[in-house]
Amino acid sequence: MAVRGTSKNRRAPTGADGEKSTARRPRPADLAQGCRTFLEDVRNRLSAGELGAVPVVLGLVVIWIIFQALNGAFLSPRNLSNLSLDIVGTGLIAVGIVFVLLIAELDLSVGSVSGLAAAVFAVLSVRNGMPEWLALLIAVLTGAAIGAVHGFFVARVGVPSFVVTLAGLLAWNGLMLYVLGASGTVNLDDQGLVATLTSYYFSHAAAAYGLAAVGSIVFFLASYQEARRRKTAGVPSRPLREIAVRTALLAVIAFAAAAVLNQFQGLPLALLIFLLIIVCLDFALRRTPYGRQVFSLGGGIEAARRAGINVVWVRISVFMVSGTMAAIGGLFLASRITSASQTSGSGNLLLNAIAAAVIGGTSLYGGRGRTWSALLGILVIQSIASGMALLGIQAAVQFMITGGVLLAAVVLDSLTRRSQRARGRA
Amino acid sequence: MVQMAAPLLRLRGISKRFGAVQALTRVDLDIRAGEVVALVGDNGAGKSTLVKVIAGVGAADEGVIEWQGRAVHIKKPHQAQDLGIATVYQDLALCDNLDVVANVFLGREISKVGVLDEVEMERRTRTLLGTLSIRLPSLRAPVASLSGGQRQTVAIARSLLGDPSVVLLDEPTASLAVKQTIEVLDIIERLRERGLGVLLISHNMGDIKAVADQVTVLRLGRNNGVFDVRTTSQEQIISSITGTTEHAVSQRKSEAEEDELWQ
Ligand SMILES: Nc1ncnc2c1ncn2[C@@H]1O[C@H](COP(=O)(O)OP(=O)(O)O)[C@@H](O)[C@H]1O
Ligand SMILES: [Mg+2]
Repeated sequence: MAVRGTSKNRRAPTGADGEKSTARRPRPADLAQGCRTFLEDVRNRLSAGELGAVPVVLGLVVIWIIFQALNGAFLSPRNLSNLSLDIVGTGLIAVGIVFVLLIAELDLSVGSVSGLAAAVFAVLSVRNGMPEWLALLIAVLTGAAIGAVHGFFVARVGVPSFVVTLAGLLAWNGLMLYVLGASGTVNLDDQGLVATLTSYYFSHAAAAYGLAAVGSIVFFLASYQEARRRKTAGVPSRPLREIAVRTALLAVIAFAAAAVLNQFQGLPLALLIFLLIIVCLDFALRRTPYGRQVFSLGGGIEAARRAGINVVWVRISVFMVSGTMAAIGGLFLASRITSASQTSGSGNLLLNAIAAAVIGGTSLYGGRGRTWSALLGILVIQSIASGMALLGIQAAVQFMITGGVLLAAVVLDSLTRRSQRARGRA
Repeated sequence: MVQMAAPLLRLRGISKRFGAVQALTRVDLDIRAGEVVALVGDNGAGKSTLVKVIAGVGAADEGVIEWQGRAVHIKKPHQAQDLGIATVYQDLALCDNLDVVANVFLGREISKVGVLDEVEMERRTRTLLGTLSIRLPSLRAPVASLSGGQRQTVAIARSLLGDPSVVLLDEPTASLAVKQTIEVLDIIERLRERGLGVLLISHNMGDIKAVADQVTVLRLGRNNGVFDVRTTSQEQIISSITGTTEHAVSQRKSEAEEDELWQ
């Protein structure tokens, strides 16, 4: 999914008239041609230093092949289905991290905020008997409000985000312990709304296949529509055959995933929500004026300011997104274990969320990244964790390998940046 | 010495200080339609500061700005833009990670029901670049991957989006190779042909001789002479910049020299 092209990557000379006619139906020869243009596009992007999702997808394939070779249960429907649930909580938090990284900031508080949100929800709904939907809403708003506080100190007061959110890491963890009180652990209603989030499966096979079909069709129609508009306007457009190849690639991945999920318990509700959030926020980032402002901050804050962008507000809003996603992720993590406890949001959670965004291809230098990188990155991290667990290898090794992968991702990020600059100065 | 058309933009007595540094002292400047005014001066003379005053990035402490004969207050960048003053800053003020189209439209995106209209923005960008005869390898590559000259042309194109009547260019050719410099100078000539007023900051006498009509010299934050490019020698301008002669003297001297020259 994530390899689908962005509008940024079309490269045709300015002077050239759009592409040749593409009104014909694709024939096999055309499809071969489509594959070629697609590969050409990928190659162009690589040489331009825009690696996008290519390295992480390759890495993921390698990891899966290795673990499958070592243990045949790795690619079993049960294991993959569980993997698809395990990625959701941390993955949602990583989506928020993507936003923060895009404006070249950092949010170290997301782990604590996710724990606090879970605690707020648990205490309000279980101890105080508040309706679950209301407690959930308040927990999510708590995350947003905390993000606003961080954003205020970063954007208005001018404190580095690293320091503000480090203070947040401590403070919100303290607040969570305070909220939970002496007893420490609150068990959630395992038939309740939040517990359902990660326990519900759409068990009818039509659900997963339907989602794959809808996703592929919407992708095709949207690409086709855009190509037609571009042709009418006389600007370079993607040839139909290339759209066909991209759609086919997406459809193959989507239907394969659906088939695997259907062999176990069906489409997990949590995965559906995760994908919907990624798609919606990806749209917001790449297709709305707000998203353009977020990207511009990462590419040059002074340029953004001189362009009349309300830099303070955009920065605050990005921290609010991060806080909100941390809270939502925290609720999914609590849902998975149907409890909120003193250890909620602690451990590797923060590091995994940041590592996921970076491994998935979001740049630490700001201005480059997509919400899909949260999905890809967390898939890598959880695949390693799950594979190691299957093989019975201790956590120590798993940490070292994940650390190595993260280092590789950061090195790649730095090299990409260097090569882009070098090209520009040539 | 100066054509008498009423100036589009007139600065009178502009002063600005940064803490202990008096960057500008009672500076005057006129910019007319269809005319290229070169603003020259040593490093630290206050050229960029003056541009920022006009652009609304750093307002003056004292002085009057008149726009088409009317006194105006320019405190914010968009106020200058709304009047029709476009600025290309010395530090380019492009977003490296965004593509050409996104940079040209940054802060002025076209959107339909809250969704960016990329097609329309790309179409207009192509048209705009076309009218300036600017050719770029790709409108959809991040500008970080463009050459210095290409980035400069993007910055200029961007400034022209709102159909300004005055364009301020702060050292647009400073870091460019010869061929790229010529391209930028060509664009400046095209702007003049279209009847825009252009303020060009440059250290390069060759560039100034090539495109400017008038030269205004700043020295240590003060006016140090206004010259007609066609009738003034390079040496006179340079001595005015370096201050080897006083302002009044240099003008009298230059007039005398001209007389000698033409007699
Ligand atoms: N933001 C600022 N803060 C303090 N001093 C400044 C600032 N901007 C410029 N100056 C000072 O004002 C003077 C004029 O600078 P500038 O306008 O950049 O000169 P020029 O562009 O002619 O080289 C210099 O002495 C410079 O150090
Ligand atoms: Mg300067």
